Amino acid sequence: MTETGTTAAVRPAGPGGAAPLVAVTNLRVSFPKAGVDAVRGVSLAVHPGECVAIVGESGSGKSVTARSLLGLAGPGARVSAERFTVDGRDALRFTDRDWRVVRGRFAGLVVQDALVSLDPLRTVGAEIAEVLAVHDVVPRRDRAARAEELLDAVGVPEPRLRARQRPFQLSGGLRQRALIASAIAADPRLIIADEPTTALDVTVQAQVLRLLGERKAAGAALLLISHDLAVVASVADRILVMRDGTVVEEGPTRRVLSAPEHPYTRLLLAAVPSAASRGTRLSSPEPERPPAPPRTVDRSTAVLEATGLVAGYGARTVVEDVSFRLHKGETLGLVGESGSGKTTVARIVLGLHEPIRGEVRLHGEPWSGVRERRRRPLRSRIQLISQNPLDSFDPRYTVGRIVAEPLRDLPAAERRARVAELLERVGLPAETAERRPRELSGGQRQRVAIARALGPRPDVLVCDEPVSALDVSVQAQVLDLLADIQAAEGTALLFISHDLGVVHHLSDRVLVMKDGRVVEEGDVDEVFHRPRHPYTAGLVAAIPRLETGEPQAVAG
Amino acid sequence: MSAISAGGSGAAGGAPVAAGRTPPARPAPPLPATGGRPGRARGLLRAVARRIGSGIVVIWAAATTAYLALLAAPGDTVDILIGDGPDTPEIRASIIREWGLDRPEIVQYLSYLGRLLQGDLGRSYRLQRSVGDILAEGLGPSLRLAVAAAATAITLAVLIALLTAGRGPWARRAVSGLELLAVSVPTFVIGIVLLSVFSFSLGWFPVSGDEGPASLVLPALTLALPAAGVLGQVLREGLEKALEQPFATTARARGLTERALVARHALRHAMLPGATLVGWFVAQLITQAIITEAVFGRPGIGRVVLQAVTGGDMPVVMAVVILSAVVFVTVSTVLDLLYRVIDPRLRSS
Repeated sequence: MTETGTTAAVRPAGPGGAAPLVAVTNLRVSFPKAGVDAVRGVSLAVHPGECVAIVGESGSGKSVTARSLLGLAGPGARVSAERFTVDGRDALRFTDRDWRVVRGRFAGLVVQDALVSLDPLRTVGAEIAEVLAVHDVVPRRDRAARAEELLDAVGVPEPRLRARQRPFQLSGGLRQRALIASAIAADPRLIIADEPTTALDVTVQAQVLRLLGERKAAGAALLLISHDLAVVASVADRILVMRDGTVVEEGPTRRVLSAPEHPYTRLLLAAVPSAASRGTRLSSPEPERPPAPPRTVDRSTAVLEATGLVAGYGARTVVEDVSFRLHKGETLGLVGESGSGKTTVARIVLGLHEPIRGEVRLHGEPWSGVRERRRRPLRSRIQLISQNPLDSFDPRYTVGRIVAEPLRDLPAAERRARVAELLERVGLPAETAERRPRELSGGQRQRVAIARALGPRPDVLVCDEPVSALDVSVQAQVLDLLADIQAAEGTALLFISHDLGVVHHLSDRVLVMKDGRVVEEGDVDEVFHRPRHPYTAGLVAAIPRLETGEPQAVAG
Repeated sequence: MSAISAGGSGAAGGAPVAAGRTPPARPAPPLPATGGRPGRARGLLRAVARRIGSGIVVIWAAATTAYLALLAAPGDTVDILIGDGPDTPEIRASIIREWGLDRPEIVQYLSYLGRLLQGDLGRSYRLQRSVGDILAEGLGPSLRLAVAAAATAITLAVLIALLTAGRGPWARRAVSGLELLAVSVPTFVIGIVLLSVFSFSLGWFPVSGDEGPASLVLPALTLALPAAGVLGQVLREGLEKALEQPFATTARARGLTERALVARHALRHAMLPGATLVGWFVAQLITQAIITEAVFGRPGIGRVVLQAVTGGDMPVVMAVVILSAVVFVTVSTVLDLLYRVIDPRLRSS
């Protein structure tokens, strides 16, 4: 057990010379039943008042590492370490009771998505009060009041009302705050935050990060787990980059971001789409990103034209006077926070939802408000790539059958040839055709979805959050693939995303939506660098940035 | 015996579907922060009103089906009414006049519905007594049996689930084996086995009749065992699923013991699928009670049904059909309200 996969051993003392709150040397976590070695020799220490971030992609072992520090590696986990101390005590000898005192009291845990991470059947007040009760930090009669104070402290307005509500009654931002309130209720010295902002809108993410920063300023140590380097950049003092259960690089945030040593860190940094990455390929291992293939936008031909769209569900109007033109070979970005009406616009464009007013024209022909019989021959002109392709696949179908589905008009032999060609086009080996979607990784599934969408050679691809569920390196590959396809086929993309970096990277023009209306539109550089509408300015300001600059910026 | 299934389980076969359908579909994730208390109360009232409305339709449908069954039933009503008594054309004519059997069928049907509305279930052909009185007599012992069985089943199921959730494969396998056994053995076999062991051999409980709580033990257990088997499995599955949810991780990270986690969080989640089963359980009680009451020689609705069916006493059979419809409607309405209590997410919509 002496071999370690880490670059640094545990330092005896932290920045201020204080003893570490948690320190572990050569941590190994395996799940023998599943045959998985999740963590393979990780050493780390968190000292009072510092923020350590673990960054890595799915399956890197970052979450398991974090949870092991609370003795919560999960059922069937085998945890071992050379040395493992929590609050100066030997955690390798902890009993269940010892762990329970640590959990909540010494260290609080904040995880992703409070909608399911808080008990959906209980009020958030009760959830917060539970911590107070378990560790008996506040007498029973004062617990409800203390829960409200805590909600107030994390910036939840009307704490008295909110304490009596349940997670589903709160917005994403409010319930994430409530989750943080429950984690800090017993005033723990360490906060472990595992993807605390994933699935939140960018402005809400900024608020939650600020809140965590405040806790750090108030003296708590922070262990932040994220797949997103940019998210941790603003808060973390030190970054550990994890891959396949080991730490590949570790160092002060500024150094790791500006002068990454390990190729994987460089790859991660290069894969982040942003303003600076426009016109380049993201998924290249080279330090200098190669340029993306050239493409032409034909501004004289509107493939798709939407005028004055108004739409809603029942009495609720969710799209209000939306107009745009999509040209041949162009990428039109559509950004906005959840509930802004982006997806409804996509549904109208796809002919799945009828607008109350306004119309959509495809190649100058009416597309909305016509009978399905008239629309059907044109349907193949517009194809969809969605966020979660798995939901759009029949799980019993093989990949080959999925991709062949829109090609029913072709004779069998030609169809097979076209499926093979499509799979090759999206970079999947030919034998993928025999496999089923469940056996594929997230990136491979999205490639299958793209292959299926390309089958009928559409003029318009509607991409609804196509990379939101993917790791950054896989996201980079998929974005590159979309750029390649567009360059080769001249397909127009309607690209919907909440991620402004992705939209900025890929789009020519952008529409910014808020509460069903387009508040700003124009050239993507123009809109994001010189936003005219305060809402756009707020969105742009909230984007987490790699403050220390990107590798190229340093090199240049 | 075929008559029993036409009467008893005919209703039991129809109504459980209604009861089983009641769990409302989970609404799509609702919009945040909506609805104050007055809105919620109005929503509740509307839900109750809707349930009662559809309940009345179900009961009417049951009454009508029962009436159609009466028309389709073999044998002449007058023959049944005469029974072993003197049979002359004059007596026949007076019976037809007295019971209004000469009126057109639609008129008879409407007057039957009219009497039902007034709570008049008619007169028994055989016993020449009010059907309401006959049912009322049987209802007491049957209700005692049902409540005892339900309480036993729920207690057993919760205990089984709590003791075995998340346990090793061997404990699980053993218990699911027992559960499967309890579910698959016919009720009368369970009853006879219990009788021969605890009454005939050990003499702990009376063999038959309804005298005191001791006589209730074996019949209640007979009814409860299969239900406890099914309910226990569902509850355990619900518990195990709840314990894997992210909120369980959060709760553990607060320092909760596993026991507190189950008691304060997981059990409530497990109750949701469990509550759905209660509808099925009540259907089970009604059909199985007929057999159980016969095996243990207990008075009750089951015996009333048995006698009515074998004797062709259609007013009683019809009344039991309507009674079971009323029970199912009541149970499913209560269940609907129970869901809203257990899962607050259903309240807003």
